[in-house]
Amino acid sequence: MSPGTAAPARGVRPVEISGQGLTVRVRGRTAPILDDVGFTAPAGCVTGLIGPNGSGKSTLLHTLAGSTSPQPGVVRLDGRPFGELPRRERARTVAVMEQNSDSDTDLAVADVVALGRLPHRGRMAPAGPQDAAACARALDLVGLTGTEQRRWRTLSGGERQRVQAARALAQEPAVLLLDEPTNHLDVQHQHELLSLLATTGLTVVVVLHDLALAARYCDRLVVLHEGRTHAAGRTHEVLTADTLRTVFGVRADVSRHADTLRVEVLGSVGD
Amino acid sequence: MTMSSSRSAELARPIAATVGTALVLAAVAFAAVGTGGGDITWSETARSLGAHLGLPVAPLPALVDSVVWELRAPRALLAAVAGAGLATCGVVLQAVTRNALAEPYLLGISSGASTGAVLVLVTGLGSGAVSLAGGALAGGLAAFGLVLLLLGPSTAGANRLVLTGVVVGQLFAALTSLVLLGWGDADAARGLTYWLTGSLAAARWPSVLLCATVVGVALLALRLIASDLDAFAFGARTAASLGVPVAAVRAVALVTTAVVTAVVVSSVGAIGFVGLIVPHAVRALVGPLHHRLLPASAVGGAVFLMLADTVARTALAPKQLPAGVVTALLGVPAFLLILHRRERQ
Repeated sequence: MSPGTAAPARGVRPVEISGQGLTVRVRGRTAPILDDVGFTAPAGCVTGLIGPNGSGKSTLLHTLAGSTSPQPGVVRLDGRPFGELPRRERARTVAVMEQNSDSDTDLAVADVVALGRLPHRGRMAPAGPQDAAACARALDLVGLTGTEQRRWRTLSGGERQRVQAARALAQEPAVLLLDEPTNHLDVQHQHELLSLLATTGLTVVVVLHDLALAARYCDRLVVLHEGRTHAAGRTHEVLTADTLRTVFGVRADVSRHADTLRVEVLGSVGD
Repeated sequence: MTMSSSRSAELARPIAATVGTALVLAAVAFAAVGTGGGDITWSETARSLGAHLGLPVAPLPALVDSVVWELRAPRALLAAVAGAGLATCGVVLQAVTRNALAEPYLLGISSGASTGAVLVLVTGLGSGAVSLAGGALAGGLAAFGLVLLLLGPSTAGANRLVLTGVVVGQLFAALTSLVLLGWGDADAARGLTYWLTGSLAAARWPSVLLCATVVGVALLALRLIASDLDAFAFGARTAASLGVPVAAVRAVALVTTAVVTAVVVSSVGAIGFVGLIVPHAVRALVGPLHHRLLPASAVGGAVFLMLADTVARTALAPKQLPAGVVTALLGVPAFLLILHRRERQ
C-alpha cells in the first residue's frame, strides 16, 4: 500500500450519505438499539463512528448499508432515499466491509476480489477486461498484488481484512462503509489501511474502536452513546476530554499538534 | 489473473472440456451397462444399444436384448441422473447454509421424501411415477421445513444444522418403517430397504425420463443463480451488499433442492452421501466457483453413482447390494474426514 497513489476510479463521484430519525429495535429489548439517530457523512470525507460497546455503532453502519431496516427512519444518498434504488445500483454505489468476514469456502484471493464485480456484471456474463482492471487496481491499493492465486485458508487475519477491503474497492463504490476494519491488523497495516481510505476521495464511514486512530484519520466523528448521537462534527470539536469522560468513562489528554489531534488515555474515571 | 492465453484458446477450453466429459460419461455408462452376470459380451451390449439407437446393426435375441435395454441401460442412466441431481443438491445446500456437511440425506430431506412416497403407495392416493414424486415432494418439504423450524431464525452453527438434520432424518425413517410395517402388505414391507437405503434395482425408462427432465431443468435454473451462490461465501449480509437478491436466491435454491431430491428419492429411494462426497472431490479439481462447480459436480455425481451401483450389483454376485449401502460405506469416512479438516482450522 502506498498512500498517494489511491484515487477514485474514473467516473466515480463521491456522494453524501445521511440518515434521519433512524430507529432500530429488536424483539425482547425494551430500549431501542438506535433511538432517533440523525447522521450525515459529507461527500468525500472520512467519518468515524465511535462509542463504547453496545452503543449502536455496528447497527448504524448496517442501517446505512441497507441490511437493517430502520423503523422509522430513512437513509439518503445525496438526498435520494437509498431504499428506492434498484438492488444492483445500490451495490454499485455503496460497498460494505463487515467485521470478521470469514468463509468455509476456500476461494482464491482473485475470486474474493472478483465478487466485488458482481453488481457490475450481467448475471450470466463472464468477467470482462474492465472487471479484471478494477480487481487489479483494488489489489494494488491494498498492497496485495501477486497474491491472486493464494487460497483464503492460507491467509493471515490481517491479509483477509485487506482482501475484503480490496473486494469492497473493486465494487468501485461512491460510499465505503467499514465495520472495525483494523481488527486483526498489525499496527503498520492499521495505519496503511486508514491512510488509504483517507486518500481514496470516496465518502467513507468507518466504525473504529481505537480512539487514537479515529483522531488521526477521521475528518469528522459521530459519537454514539446508548443508541443516541452524543456528539457529531469535526474531529477536533467532537473528541474532547469531556466527551471521553462522559461517554467512554476515561480520563484523557487531548492535544492538537499542527494539523493532528492526539489522544492519550490516562485511566478510567474511577481511578 | 492469467489473461495471457489467446482468445481462441479461451474458446477452445470449454469446448474441449465438454467433449471430454461427454466421452467420459459415455464410457462409464457403457461400462456400467456391459458389466454384470448373464454372460453378455461387450459386443452384444454394443449391438443391443446400437440397434435401439437406430444404428444399422443386427439386433440381438429378444431375451438378451431386454436384459441390456430394459434392465441395465435404464439402471445405468437412472444412476447417472440421480447421482447428478444429488451431487448438485449437495453443492447448493452447502452454499446457502454455508456448511460443508450439508446434503439432502444428512439434512433429513431424503428421509422425508421417502415417508411421503411410502404414504402415497400405501394409501393408494393416485398411482404412477408422478403422484409418487408428488408425495415425495410433500414429505421432503415437510422434513426440510421441520429442520428450519427447529433451527429457528438465528444463523445456526455447522454442528447444530447437521445434528438437527440427522434427528429429523431419524424421525422420518421411523415414520417410513411405521407406515410400511403397520399398514403396508408384505410386498410393501419388503420395500423397506429400498426406501431407507436406496436402490436402483427397480429402474425403468419412465422414471429415467422423469428424473432426467427434472434434473435438467434444475441445472438450468441453478446456472442462473451460480454467481449469486458464490457471493454467499461470506454470508448473507455480504451477499446482499453485493446486490444479490438473497431471499429470492435462497428460495430458488431450496425449492430446486427439495424438488430434485423428491423426484430422485421417489425413483431410487434415499441414497445418502452422494451430495457430500462428490462436491468435495470436485471442488479439489475445478475450484469453488459455482459456474464450474455445478456442472462438474453433476458430471461427477453421475459417474460416481453409476460406478457405485455397478459395484453394488457385482461385488457379491449373484447377490445384489442396494447402491445406498456402497455410498454410505464410502460416505461415512468422507464425512469424518471433512469434519476433521473443519475442526483443525
